[in-house]
Amino acid sequence: MKRTSFRRVVVPGVAALVLTLAACGGGDNSADGEGVAGKVAVDGSSTVYPMSDTAAEMLKEENDSIETSVGFSGTGGGFEKFCAGQTDISDASRPIKDEEAAVCADAGIDYTELLVATDALTVVTHPDLAVDCLTTDQLVTLFEPGSKVTNWKDLDASFPDQEIAGFIPGTDSGTYDYMAADVVEHDSEALRDDFEVSEDDNILVQGVAGTEGSVGFFGYTYYEENADKVKALSIDDGNGCVAPSAETAQAGEYTPLARPLFIYVNNAKYNDNAAVAEYVDFYIENLETIAETAAYIPLNDEDYSATQDALAGIKG
Amino acid sequence: MSLATRTASDAVTASLTGKSKDRDVRSMVFLGALWFSLFFGVVVLLALIIDTAIAGAPRFDLQLFTEYESRINRDGTGFRAGILGSVWLMATTALMAIPLGIGAAVYLEEFADKKSRVARIIEINLQNLAAVPSIIYGMLAVAIMGLLGYVYKGIVLGGAFALALLILPVVIITTREAIRAVPSDIRHGSLALGATVWQTTWRNTLPSAVPGIATGTILGLSRAIGEAAPLLILGLATVRDDPTGIESKVTALPIQIYNLSAMSQLEYQVAASAAIIVLLVLILGMNALAIFIRNKFQRSW
Repeated sequence: MKRTSFRRVVVPGVAALVLTLAACGGGDNSADGEGVAGKVAVDGSSTVYPMSDTAAEMLKEENDSIETSVGFSGTGGGFEKFCAGQTDISDASRPIKDEEAAVCADAGIDYTELLVATDALTVVTHPDLAVDCLTTDQLVTLFEPGSKVTNWKDLDASFPDQEIAGFIPGTDSGTYDYMAADVVEHDSEALRDDFEVSEDDNILVQGVAGTEGSVGFFGYTYYEENADKVKALSIDDGNGCVAPSAETAQAGEYTPLARPLFIYVNNAKYNDNAAVAEYVDFYIENLETIAETAAYIPLNDEDYSATQDALAGIKG
Repeated sequence: MSLATRTASDAVTASLTGKSKDRDVRSMVFLGALWFSLFFGVVVLLALIIDTAIAGAPRFDLQLFTEYESRINRDGTGFRAGILGSVWLMATTALMAIPLGIGAAVYLEEFADKKSRVARIIEINLQNLAAVPSIIYGMLAVAIMGLLGYVYKGIVLGGAFALALLILPVVIITTREAIRAVPSDIRHGSLALGATVWQTTWRNTLPSAVPGIATGTILGLSRAIGEAAPLLILGLATVRDDPTGIESKVTALPIQIYNLSAMSQLEYQVAASAAIIVLLVLILGMNALAIFIRNKFQRSW
């Protein structure tokens, strides 16, 4: 008797589950009979992810038969999958490294680098700190490995007597790589290791906003969203103090912290898989709208036409 | 407080000395410490849940369930892909883990020679497997998918492999306990009537153990549904298509939460908080179902 009552509960339950699955499965995947269908796999930098994901969402509104997946496993992790042929497109917040390019070459993967946007890496401090501008040299002294600077007045006599607390991105991020390799340019390609580290930029924002004398850096979008909680420093690279903004980054004035964001396209997949070609073409065609929707800084005209030329070069 | 004190001490002290030691200072301090330990975890959990619920309150709407993740319309971002993905993953995981787990448990309990060295090694390893970090199972699933020749591994099958491997030890251990709880009188009765060991297991032991097996399996699945690490290793990404089969690209609720909570825009963090509550309700619901099944179908011999 017990068994019967058990069955009475379980069987309808299972049936309901199966029906739900079937109902969900039959949803809106039906091809509309026109246009391109297929699958596109994108992975890589979590910084570029919002843009590539915006492109995927906008493309889906136009063509529902292209199934795009956009991952966020980081620039390095993205290239690993890309050079193993597992993804069609790799997002990157820095150019491909020589050793990564060698892996791609060994696997016989030809790729094209497309510049898609500019990011202004933003150095921020606690809003009450009486420091507004750093020279590039001071920036290097502050972040270089083994740095002995622990008080703002060590950096410049005019700065306040205030202990420094640092909050910086983790070593896996392209943001850390860029600061280490392209700004600090120390041989070890590392930054000082006594600062607080987090892979989650929102944690960095909270750290900087909640600690007096704090300093940190992250992508411009995170600053823009939190401009009321933290203060952005201007950077003096020899031509006076330049504040991070869409205009200064676009015009190439915000050096050395304006960094390029790329997508890498697998040439063979672009030419063989119509869905990949459709996605990349759509992405580049609507680049400005996509960048703005994802709250990134669009390319200037010169860079945009260079990207268009590079795209035209893929078609073999 | 005195109620608990009585239940704890009465049984021992009262029967020995004939008087309660309720007023003893040291026992009161000790009891206070115990109560603190008990409530510390509960209070932290409650604070977290309430904090998350308040953060996610603006987004408890229908769109949370019906819409995909959206960059164009941030306020309307939803977890449709994650919820459906998790349902598909759970169903596939259950299909893989339950037959394998029950098979292994039946063999170990009813057929294997328990004194043999092999059985003992398996026994120890089962306990160890249950404690292996979930990310390791993700790596195993990547290897399996690679061997099967899948280039893109973020599909239902890959995720289900990882989660099935993850809950297999739990399913085996709880199934063994359920089988062990069936009194040997029942087996002996069946065997004495001329049934084979196989017939006895299939017709008597297993049906009697079903409530225990169901409870253990549901608890295993409710652990699997909250896992993100092994799925991230597999490369589950953001998708905007409902799964249609085991080879469909898929995402899961915890993956979407992980991704959206790290976004700079506040709208996504609010949506992620709301989704955390949805996930919690799902898990609590599954646990409640497990408790219900246990209470309703439990029998005592």
